[in-house]
Amino acid sequence: MKHTQIGSLQLDSAGRLRHFLTVEGLNAGLLNRIMDTAESFCSVTEQTVKKVPLLRGKTVVNLFFENSTRTRTTFELAAKRLSADVLNINIATSATAKGESLLDTIRNIEAMQVDMFVVRHAHSGAAHFIAQHVAPHVSVINAGDGRHAHPTQAMLDLFTIRRSGRELPALKVAIVGDILHSRVARSEIHALRLLGVRDIRAIAPRTLLPMHAEDLGVSLWTDLDAGIEGVDVVVMLRLQRERMSGAFIPSEREYFARFGLTARRLALARPDAIVMHPGPINRGVEIDSEVADGLQSVILKQVHYGIPIRMAIMSLAMRSGTDFDPGAERRA
Amino acid sequence: MIAERILISGGRVIDPESGIDCVGPVCSADGVILAVGHQPADFQPDRELQVPGQVVCPGFIDLSARLREPGQAHKGTIASEGAAALAAGFTTVCTPPDTVPVIDSPAVVKLILERAQQAGRIRVLPIGALTRGLNGRDLSELGALQSAGCRAVGNAGVPLANNLVLRRAFEYAAGYDLLVCLRPQDTALRDGGCVHEGAVAMRLGLPGIPEAAETIAVAEALVLAELTGVRLHFGQISGARAIRSITSAQQRGLPVTADTALHQLHLTERHVDGFNALCHVDPPLRTEADRAALRAAVAAGTLAALCSDHQPHDPDAKLQVFPETEPGMSTLECMLPLGLRLVADGVLSLQELIARLTVGPARILGLASGRLAIGAPADICIFDPQRCWIVDETTWRSAGRNTPFWGEDMVGRVTTMVIGGCVVELI
Repeated sequence: MKHTQIGSLQLDSAGRLRHFLTVEGLNAGLLNRIMDTAESFCSVTEQTVKKVPLLRGKTVVNLFFENSTRTRTTFELAAKRLSADVLNINIATSATAKGESLLDTIRNIEAMQVDMFVVRHAHSGAAHFIAQHVAPHVSVINAGDGRHAHPTQAMLDLFTIRRSGRELPALKVAIVGDILHSRVARSEIHALRLLGVRDIRAIAPRTLLPMHAEDLGVSLWTDLDAGIEGVDVVVMLRLQRERMSGAFIPSEREYFARFGLTARRLALARPDAIVMHPGPINRGVEIDSEVADGLQSVILKQVHYGIPIRMAIMSLAMRSGTDFDPGAERRA
Repeated sequence: MIAERILISGGRVIDPESGIDCVGPVCSADGVILAVGHQPADFQPDRELQVPGQVVCPGFIDLSARLREPGQAHKGTIASEGAAALAAGFTTVCTPPDTVPVIDSPAVVKLILERAQQAGRIRVLPIGALTRGLNGRDLSELGALQSAGCRAVGNAGVPLANNLVLRRAFEYAAGYDLLVCLRPQDTALRDGGCVHEGAVAMRLGLPGIPEAAETIAVAEALVLAELTGVRLHFGQISGARAIRSITSAQQRGLPVTADTALHQLHLTERHVDGFNALCHVDPPLRTEADRAALRAAVAAGTLAALCSDHQPHDPDAKLQVFPETEPGMSTLECMLPLGLRLVADGVLSLQELIARLTVGPARILGLASGRLAIGAPADICIFDPQRCWIVDETTWRSAGRNTPFWGEDMVGRVTTMVIGGCVVELI
């Protein structure tokens, strides 16, 4: 059967990034290249004039079919710091609400000579679908599709871990919360596995652990106290408000009692363990304020590193056809 | 067209009902089979078809093919899909009630039968809707539907509101000896899923349909079938555990039958990987283990029929983000070659394959066709089991090109059909 697999869709024939849709199927070399490139951008974001001319003249379209402030803002800043022109389109209140098909929306915007789509969509497979149908010169970056993938979040999380001075392969990582509905968890697990991390613990009530989750190469835990023991990194996931009713969990109170990250629980992890959260956080639901704002929390650093990581991914994807090294150009 | 006196000679005649499998003649006159295996001394054919190297068997019967009329002519018409069916070896197709409007009144039945007659050749059997407008609550006028020509009524995959409605529907249908075709799925357990709840769904982050949604619906329907004595047929079974329940019901002597879609014997959840919307079907493609169980059940006859579950679509139906694409595959024209692949792989004998496409569904529906019996309708399929062809625009007849087999090489093609004693040359 003739069908394009995702891996071959997001890399060009030379193995360079063309679209960034999912971490699955990529390789450690590429992930490290993204992080190395992000290192070179870290200094840019700390200068007074926070701009490099790498994407001057290029147009980046933030195509958000689902509301998001943080992700959209960091993508916008990343594109602007690369000197690209940025167009924000909120489709939740736009054309498709009037009955236009997704493909028509894409083709119309594409006709305005744009170079990159940053896509967020409530359905799994959206970025992949758009990547299959855009013109050859257009790159697609997945900013979150349904429950499937959020690869830039995974990369900024890895980058945050790396910048905290920890050696990846030996790390023990706990991912806690609504893994069933989490695109962050899926991408993060793929990324950690690719970089050699072997002790990854998915910790959640059974209702929020997807069937066959063990196939991702994680161990499954329903007891946070046991699962968090000795870990180096704790990734807390947001519990969406709509999951708090119905049959997923009995109550917010019981969830916090069993799966909320408190100082007492964090003390079971390694003393130097870091706490991450993709945001926005629900204080008192999945994480105690004391922990969220505590010394071990790197939640705001994650937001900070979101910009250089997205600059790195955008510049690499946009220049896949050339022998381009963003770091070298900046150094020159 | 006028039925001719036909002599088919030189082909390998296979009739699963009688067990005939020999090279010999088949004669038909006045639209019915006159002789099989020998030529009566006084038989003077108007036309002789010499088909050495080919297989001569009853015309295929399909328990579920969407012809998309009335109401969805942008996806296909009775004329386009009827032509595709005939070219694929079918002489009779049942069309499920989820047309627009729904087949819940004699007027819609009549409309479909008239359109079929205008399109010519293929016999179309409309399946009536169990409930009005398929609303799941109020029974259709099942007696009137039967009088208008429905041999069976069904839910077309749309769930009934609750088990009380299902019980009443079974009781009422049993009173008319109407066959009920049920496509079992528990809506609550389905929970908005679009693919099998398995490893692929988990990785792709697609909401899954657990196999339990089918198994539970089958188990509930079997309890009520036992209570009411209805003749029950399960359409498009997809999972191993549903088969176990059906097997045990059959062993207890319940009048319960079942089919599966042929693509379920070839494809699995793995084929959905990469968000392949052409493999978005409902019930979903399941696991290797389910596929093995389905294959075994077809071989054993627990699943007495293979259906196409043909669902032609316009291109836009599949040009969406995966969960928003419409489920279904255009399948009629790959039925024979995909069936022959099972024969080549040793899953079924050629006789078994033909039985599941002919006398199997004929018995379920209570039809006289589906066999090469003296006096049965002269509905005959003649195919070349060696003939190679490619699935592309030059060979495809269905208006729906939504097949994952597009561009693939196929082996086995129908060359000539006889329907009601009329010859249709296809190649």
